[in-house]
Amino acid sequence: MRITQGTFSYLPDLTNEEIRLQIEYIIKNGWAVSVEYTDDPSPYNTYWNMWGLPMFDLTDPAAAMFEFHKCREAFPNHYLRINGFDPSPMWQAQRVSFIVHRPPEEPGFRLHRAVYSDGRRIHYTLEPYVTQRPSGDRYQQ
Amino acid sequence: MSKSYAGSKGRYAKAGVQEYRDMGYWQPDYKPKDTDTLALFRITPQPGIDPVEAAAAVAGESSTATWTVVWTDRLTTLERYQAKAYKVEPVPGNPEQYFAYIAYDLALFEEGSIANMTSSIIGNVFGFKALKALRLEDLRVPAAYLKSFLGAPHGIPVERDMLGKYGRPLLGATVKPKLGLSGRNYGRVVYEGLAGGLDFTKDDENINSQAFMRWRDRFLFAQEAVMKAEEMTGERKGHYMNVTAADMEAVYERAEFAREIGSIIIMADLTMGYTALQSLSKWCHKNGMILHLHRAGHATFTRQKNHGVSFRVIAKWMRMLGVDHIHAGTAVGKLEGDPNLVQGYYDILRQQHNYPNPVRGIFLEQDWGYLPAVMPVASGGIHAGQMHQLLTLFGDDVVLQFGGGTIGHPMGIQAGATANRVALEAMVKARNEGRDIMSEGPEILKKAAAYSPALAAALETWKDVAFDFTSTDTPDALPTPTA
Repeated sequence: MRITQGTFSYLPDLTNEEIRLQIEYIIKNGWAVSVEYTDDPSPYNTYWNMWGLPMFDLTDPAAAMFEFHKCREAFPNHYLRINGFDPSPMWQAQRVSFIVHRPPEEPGFRLHRAVYSDGRRIHYTLEPYVTQRPSGDRYQQ
Repeated sequence: MSKSYAGSKGRYAKAGVQEYRDMGYWQPDYKPKDTDTLALFRITPQPGIDPVEAAAAVAGESSTATWTVVWTDRLTTLERYQAKAYKVEPVPGNPEQYFAYIAYDLALFEEGSIANMTSSIIGNVFGFKALKALRLEDLRVPAAYLKSFLGAPHGIPVERDMLGKYGRPLLGATVKPKLGLSGRNYGRVVYEGLAGGLDFTKDDENINSQAFMRWRDRFLFAQEAVMKAEEMTGERKGHYMNVTAADMEAVYERAEFAREIGSIIIMADLTMGYTALQSLSKWCHKNGMILHLHRAGHATFTRQKNHGVSFRVIAKWMRMLGVDHIHAGTAVGKLEGDPNLVQGYYDILRQQHNYPNPVRGIFLEQDWGYLPAVMPVASGGIHAGQMHQLLTLFGDDVVLQFGGGTIGHPMGIQAGATANRVALEAMVKARNEGRDIMSEGPEILKKAAAYSPALAAALETWKDVAFDFTSTDTPDALPTPTA
């Protein structure tokens, strides 16, 4: 399966040039750029690992591209995403987030249904198959 | 009669009927205070009625007045409680109509009560005989009064954090047919739509709990569909569960059940009334539930330009009362809505500060303080081929709902959903890259369709669909092209 979190997951994987253009868009808006990676793709996993601090006051996408490439070299079998963060009033929040790299194989999720004794209500648990292995030991063929 | 009625001063010297303008309701020199609520009415006086007297009558009837002088006025500081008409001007190009500006003191409205504010401002006065028609066009609510409202349970940035979705409009669809599906079949539509790429699916306004599908069955099957779609996509999903019911006990019962089974969002119809909605909003604050509002019934009083309440005022009341989503028009779809005015509603829902913009129908400046922004919903007769128009008109912070445009796809519902998602992401990407999507839109869609058969089929099916009718409600100012 292909997880479809992030804004451009329904498009073909972005090329380096396309990623650079999106970083340029973030910078033009005056937002901070950050690179994050994870080997736990649960949609309930809010906090991916930060690849360094968010980059503030960038004027050129080159620095962010450099960090993205370094992160991808270090974690070729993880998910990587790029975010844009807007500190302005009423926002103080992320404005952009898209996946820029994913593991070669995505095994998907297990939906566990626990049927409670009333026989009607189901309690759901959603787990990525890979998280049955310890962190750092996932997505290794 | 020599004996005075209620003292010796002014209007109280004599019992009987006096003109409103002479009773303190017309004050052309009045300087509105920062804490006043300002209302702009469009008035159409009966033939022969002076517009200033008509404006004063509106001020009087929407605040303290009755039709004759009463001595009990003298037991209070009446001037404080009297609304004051302070400006009347002719409506450009419409000799019958006038704009009347009226100021209401902060003392007039109960803290945090839309029901009370509306009972004053749009209470008796709309049936007043001396007016042929009356419309509340705009309202400036002072920060002092706004602070007595909680506003949206979450607001746009927090909703995005809950969903983990940033930088693009959200996508939805209303399950069709509106009526008649069983719970199980209904859940099938929910699943197919969400698994295909939608973020939300929606109950329609008239789906409550009829004999063909009781609410509990619908909620359970819909939640199964939501979770199954999360499994298939690895994304957060939601189904707006309509909790509208005959009484508040039933509303709470349904809302609580939706929470127990794990739904992230519920919905309500405007027909529930302001008090019921505000109670439900409080419940959503307490329970961390996103609240979606379907504006069912609004067009009965928002659509005609000469009489009723403009939707921009309803939008303000709903932002105060506290909803996370509200339907606010599509501009290009099947339902009424002039594109400029619709953009004005979006500004009212989303901006922190509204400056007057006659082209968009915003008459009065409005500082929202820190009241959260509300996510507008564009729903009704829109399809993937309009994506460049929709993104240009509304930007990122909107839910685009394609009902027929998803479920009516020739290759099935999942394909319909995927077509919309591909079109959306391709257009956002192009816009971010700096391309002029209004002129290049069709080309961008065509290119995206080359790798998405679902989008190709959608574009082919709906290529000629447009709803080009003249709007009933239009701005009084027209855009002047600048060189």
